[in-house]
Amino acid sequence: MIRPKFALATLFASTLALASPAHAVTEIQWWHAMTGGNNDIVNKLAADFNASQSDYKVVPTFKGSYPDTMNAGIAAFRAGTAPHILQVFEVGTATMMSAKGAVKPVYQLMKDAGEPFDPNNYLPAITGYYSTSKGEMLSFPFNSSSMVMWVNLDALKKANIAEIPKTWPEVFEGAKKLKAAGYATCGFSNAWATWANIEQFSAWHNVPIGTKANGLDGFDTELKFNSPLHVKHLQTLIELQKDKTYDYSGRANASESRFGSGECPLFMTSSGYYATAKGTAKFAFTSVPMPYYPDVTGAPQNSIIGGASLWVMGGKKPDEYKGIAKFFSFLSDTDRQAKLHQESGYLPITKAAYEKTKADGFYDKNPILQTPLKELTNKEPTENSRGLRFGNMVQLRDIWSEEIEAALGGQKTAQQALDTAVSRGNAMLRTFEKTAK
Amino acid sequence: MVEHRRWNDILAYAILTFGVFIVVFPVYVALIASTHDAATVVNGNMPMLPGSHTLENYYRAIFIGGSRASREPVGHMLMNSFVMAMGIALGKIVISILSAYAVVYFRFPFRQTAFWIIFVTLMLPVEVRIYPTYKVIADLKMLDTYAGLILPLIASATGTLLFRQFFMTIPDELLEASRIDGAGPFRFFKDTLLPLSVTTMAALFVIQFIYGWNQYLWPLLITTQESMQTIVTGIKKMLTTTDELAEWQLAMATAILAMLPPVAVVVFMQRLFVRGLVETEK
Amino acid sequence: MEKSAVFKGKLLPYLLLVPQLVITLVFFYWPASQAVWQSFLREDAFGLNSEFIGLENYQALLAQPEYYKAMATTVVFSSLVAALSLSIALLFATQADKNLKAAPTFKVMMIWPYAVAPAVAGVLWLFIFHPSLGTMARPLRLMGFNWNPMLNGNHAMALVVMAAVWKQIAYNFLFFLAGLQAIPRSVLEAGAIDGAGPYRRFWTITFPLLSPTTFFLLVVNVVYVFFDTFGIIDAVTGGGPAGATTTMVYKVYADGRLGGDLGGSAAQSVILMVIVIALTAIQFRYVERKVQY
Repeated sequence: MIRPKFALATLFASTLALASPAHAVTEIQWWHAMTGGNNDIVNKLAADFNASQSDYKVVPTFKGSYPDTMNAGIAAFRAGTAPHILQVFEVGTATMMSAKGAVKPVYQLMKDAGEPFDPNNYLPAITGYYSTSKGEMLSFPFNSSSMVMWVNLDALKKANIAEIPKTWPEVFEGAKKLKAAGYATCGFSNAWATWANIEQFSAWHNVPIGTKANGLDGFDTELKFNSPLHVKHLQTLIELQKDKTYDYSGRANASESRFGSGECPLFMTSSGYYATAKGTAKFAFTSVPMPYYPDVTGAPQNSIIGGASLWVMGGKKPDEYKGIAKFFSFLSDTDRQAKLHQESGYLPITKAAYEKTKADGFYDKNPILQTPLKELTNKEPTENSRGLRFGNMVQLRDIWSEEIEAALGGQKTAQQALDTAVSRGNAMLRTFEKTAK
Repeated sequence: MVEHRRWNDILAYAILTFGVFIVVFPVYVALIASTHDAATVVNGNMPMLPGSHTLENYYRAIFIGGSRASREPVGHMLMNSFVMAMGIALGKIVISILSAYAVVYFRFPFRQTAFWIIFVTLMLPVEVRIYPTYKVIADLKMLDTYAGLILPLIASATGTLLFRQFFMTIPDELLEASRIDGAGPFRFFKDTLLPLSVTTMAALFVIQFIYGWNQYLWPLLITTQESMQTIVTGIKKMLTTTDELAEWQLAMATAILAMLPPVAVVVFMQRLFVRGLVETEK
Repeated sequence: MEKSAVFKGKLLPYLLLVPQLVITLVFFYWPASQAVWQSFLREDAFGLNSEFIGLENYQALLAQPEYYKAMATTVVFSSLVAALSLSIALLFATQADKNLKAAPTFKVMMIWPYAVAPAVAGVLWLFIFHPSLGTMARPLRLMGFNWNPMLNGNHAMALVVMAAVWKQIAYNFLFFLAGLQAIPRSVLEAGAIDGAGPYRRFWTITFPLLSPTTFFLLVVNVVYVFFDTFGIIDAVTGGGPAGATTTMVYKVYADGRLGGDLGGSAAQSVILMVIVIALTAIQFRYVERKVQY
């Protein structure tokens, strides 16, 4: 009667061994907002990192849309249950930056953890957005994108449009033909109402959104996007909205499906839409740089980035910070970045990954992925196209969207709408300036 | 009454049938949408008869969740909604029957004060003090907990008033009789008051269960974890956070699932429901 | 009215009151006073620093045209929902009151939408009238009607009103039916004998007798529109387009979101509290009268 007892003991011992591994694994919570194909990529990255070492375990959690995720992060911080890594969209940058104590700057994190880190390895067009004026990197760029125009090639063929429209007048003309060819409810459209028509539009035409280099040089910035060019563009959209040659698609990107379903043949949205477009569009498509007005001198200038970065939250244990630093190094690995870039359509964040993708001849086969990079590096950035940083940007966008909606809905002229958007926005910026000092 | 009885009746039937049609129509459309596949639903020309994807859609909604967005399956959300609704209904019944008992059957200093402290809450629903309440819950570390979902919503006077009203109608002789039997406050409560209050409790339960189940703003704010989401907040997130084709067929299946329990309560406990509505008068 | 026979216990009544008092103090009075306090502060999103600024939040709020717009929207929304849901419910209730055999069945068929969550009701109506995939949107387009709730504020308002009315008919129907059934048949028959037609009988006898119910329902409906429609608005329009469906409660939520303007949001909370207390006071004056009736 010894055997069973022995077997039991072995079983017991092995259960014990399973229950308490030789050393505890440190968990790192990562809250993110990636849906669709990009959600798979996030999970895969975490799984790969977890498999590559045994000290840390990155746990990704989907928290809803970008604002939902940011809201959850703020809420959790106030409740003392913040995650270690929080993905925040670019418009939340100023809010996160001014929250000293709530976040741990990335350059500090890497230094404390003794992790090799050289900010010069990263693409300045991207990191410039997330760094102080001294070049200290505050958050880790994760998914960066720019705005491009997605084109339904089958639709163009159907409407007998030989060349993909490059300028705004060509887009307007093309949209009219497309509408006549059966795309009755939407000739062209865009997601992200303000990102398309105010932020990217301004940078691309080298006109200011606000003073102080669009807020990058200080919170005492004032909005300027009620210029004649802005007014002319919005006024044209108002006219075209009347017969749906242009059709408004809302403030965020829930309407991107209007391109994938074939409803809107010309659609401006993030270059990060690539993974989803690939999965849903049942027609030939491509992406091209945003249209511009040829009569504006210097246009097109260069585009600005969007997307999100990873913020490290404050008040965590040194060991946890070490794990986060290791994870960031893991993400920066050239092969991994190159692969991430090629699969997701988001921009590579390191110079090496960009060079590698180029050298592999990837862009020759997939010109779509190079579109945003071409836009970003089109010209040397100016004060108007380096980027933007406005406090309470989420609310600002809501205000601007409200005014754009009022204009497109026919309640206001373009001039009235943009004037109000600017004055209401300025009031909000002054409030933020007071809280952020 | 007197004239044109028949035509009058036909007209009444016609109007009421039309009314029922209006009331049922949106739910019928949702039901139909939940039986088709995504492509049929989004092409804008959905047939008005059931499709063939019923089982698939409901199975996916309940056990898997939306595609590729690591959504919480509805089965779990239903569970959360149930816990929340039960917690609110039972919690409110317990605290308010006790306090009403104290206010009606005892004389003690500050009785009026206590009553007014409770009474004032009748006026201000949680929506008007939403962020401060949120902050209190955050300070108490109750975000993403059932306690956080439930407690602020039972801080109101409706139940207390209802029981107070009801206790006032109970003849004083009952108390005197049970006193003669030598019953103290505990026994009187347990043996006399509780059995008499069963219907009132049930009526309050029905109303509060529906109230709790249908909460939206509060759970939206204080739950940041998928695993704590309730079904009512889940539907909306299903539609807004996706950047691929919105899965309307799943959202509609979820909507049907979300309304089944409270609607069943109304239909099957109609008498209690009506009584609860009339007596609480909201 | 007071009970004449009571217990004497010293400690017991307090113990019985403790659960409710604690919950009320912690989850009602504390936040309510916090709302007042916060409305005098300027605070950042993370709660890291705050500053006392007196009445500045109120001044800023009252200088905002959007705040008055939200007030006007609330009034328009409330009136539309109350008027429509009351009159439709009254029509149905008068028909169901005609001694029909099927009246109980119709009653069940009418009242269940009460149990549907506002947010769910909103999603149902959004689906039917969704501009690109809605079942009703296509017929509207074919009739040459440019249905566009995403840009047209009136269309968006119509949509949320429909959803809100749909849900509220149940409640109103129930109370109207109860009110109608409480009217003695003899009164109506007396009217009929006097030669008054059904139409005249309704307006000269039934409707005045129903007025307490109508008034009570009016107050309840207004309170419903104020608070319970949040879910509908958030699910259907998100307050847009151009703020056309932003009610006062929705604005409290939207302005405080992401910690944008917690002080301004708190100031709005305080103003709302004052309004609701006033509304409730009106309701109670009426209830008092009903008791004497």
